Amino acid sequence: MASAAETTPRSRRRSLSWRRVGSGAVPYGLILPVIVVLGAILGYPIYSLVRLSLQQYGLFELIRHQGRYIGLHNFGLVLHDPVFWHTVVRTIIFTIANVGLTMALGTLTALLLVRVSAWVRILLTAGLVLVWAMPPVVAVQVWNWMTNYQNGVLNYILTELHVGNYFHHDWYATTFSQLGIVTVLIVWGALPFVIITVYAALSQVPGELIEAAEIDGARPWQVFLDVTMPVIRPVLLILTSLSILWDFGVFTQPYLLIGQPAIHPGNYLMAIYLFEEGYFKNDYGRGAAISLLMLVIVAAMSVVYVRKMVRIGEVQ
Amino acid sequence: VTRRQSNRALWNTIGVALFVVMVFPIFWMISTAFKPDDEINSRVPTWFSMHPTLSHFGTAIHRPFFWVDVKNSLIVVLVTVAVAMVLSLLAAVALAKYRFTGRKLFIVLMIGIQMLPGVGLIIPLYVVLARYHQVNTLTGVIITYLTFALPFSVWTLRGFVLGIPKDLEEAAMVDGSSRLGAFLRILLPLVAPGLVATSVFAFITSWNEYIFARILLNDQGKQTATVWLSYFLGSSKNTDWGGLMAGSTLVAIPVVVFFLLIQRRIAFGLTAGAVRG
Repeated sequence: MASAAETTPRSRRRSLSWRRVGSGAVPYGLILPVIVVLGAILGYPIYSLVRLSLQQYGLFELIRHQGRYIGLHNFGLVLHDPVFWHTVVRTIIFTIANVGLTMALGTLTALLLVRVSAWVRILLTAGLVLVWAMPPVVAVQVWNWMTNYQNGVLNYILTELHVGNYFHHDWYATTFSQLGIVTVLIVWGALPFVIITVYAALSQVPGELIEAAEIDGARPWQVFLDVTMPVIRPVLLILTSLSILWDFGVFTQPYLLIGQPAIHPGNYLMAIYLFEEGYFKNDYGRGAAISLLMLVIVAAMSVVYVRKMVRIGEVQ
Repeated sequence: VTRRQSNRALWNTIGVALFVVMVFPIFWMISTAFKPDDEINSRVPTWFSMHPTLSHFGTAIHRPFFWVDVKNSLIVVLVTVAVAMVLSLLAAVALAKYRFTGRKLFIVLMIGIQMLPGVGLIIPLYVVLARYHQVNTLTGVIITYLTFALPFSVWTLRGFVLGIPKDLEEAAMVDGSSRLGAFLRILLPLVAPGLVATSVFAFITSWNEYIFARILLNDQGKQTATVWLSYFLGSSKNTDWGGLMAGSTLVAIPVVVFFLLIQRRIAFGLTAGAVRG
């Protein structure tokens, strides 16, 4: 494998010296500990996951540490369960809404950051970093408090702003409203990462190019599409794939904000479906089948991202 | 020029408004934590309390298991970070300094594993850990945390090892240092800032983790701080919002402090390593 480092004589000497030192076996020795540990704590569980999905494995079997082989029965159960399909569709819609809002608002705010005065940029960035640092469980509790129907501050503000009469409005009354509040919470928490990363990418756009385009009479959106977009497109692609993966598998925010007692098959998201049906009902075999199906969906979605990242890793 | 200036004023106004909206939940958490109960429960909110109190913090830390669960969190997080740093620094050196067969596969694994949703692994991890009697133990939780901490640390540290100037390694080689000597005397001090940044980030992700701790730890005395906080909310009729917000503030403080320390350094690693709470 030819590396870029070997093109100059100086780095040739470097790579030779390192190669001499590390004759063959050394890199394998260095990665061995990670491989062994990950094999034990991740490889083995994933192997068990496949086995579990083919077994009847409930509480009784958990105590005996021994499942009963039942072939593809679990998969049949899951795939014939309308709840599974409804959950998949709901989760996809939820993911599209979350990712769409996060990326659109994130990109717009990053563009705003370029245009504001320095003090506003510093203020806003500092605020974003604070939001970024909030642990998800803490964020959930704060939103719980802000949206509670008795005296949540959100209802007060919306009423005062004459958006409508939100006095004692219950945000958790319908599935749509529940998932809507979860979306607001997730987008709020995800925005800082997206804004700061897109802003960093925007600073790579040559200012002369934008000026030249403006002098040539290009409209702002033309400048954005033809000059800015090509530079930030790779970053947007990475952020979008990451957001899709995260939001598709999100658990903590919806589970804690909606609250376990209010969770039912009608408002399941994928991760909650898996948790409730597999773990909570002690039906580990069926839970394993759901996990596998979910992992397959996620793996298919992450191909684009992983390939891009591997290319970066390969070059260096 | 005047149009430009008025535009600038408009953008600034939007920017400040956005700042207010984004930061409001955090402001509201802190403000509530210091407010007396009558102000918290009144229908018209008090934005800044004229009678701040520390009593909610007292309630929070005297609630059962607060200190035990914080101690559990610290144990889990510190062991996870220590193990992850030692193992992944070695692998990061291999990735950054050597070309070897299987390198690409290893990279794919390190990135791919980070993409797996944690919730997809709870069932097999639970069953396997139950088989080895590690359910309801901190060891079990540490094991599950390493599943995300290791790949992330390998990938991020690799970036820091790559950043070490080549001349310095060369100098060490010319000096005839032994392999281990060169590693320790040249590489380690240079990669130390990267190690600190990566550890802090692994610390934050582990401290924030919820679902593995939730499924593995059943005894209240064995839970972590995030699980403690998630159980704080009683029946919604008589929720102690002041205590909850004080507890939330306490759980968030270590993360916020660490995050502000490393935020700049980790920005690029995040895009590469990709970890979110």
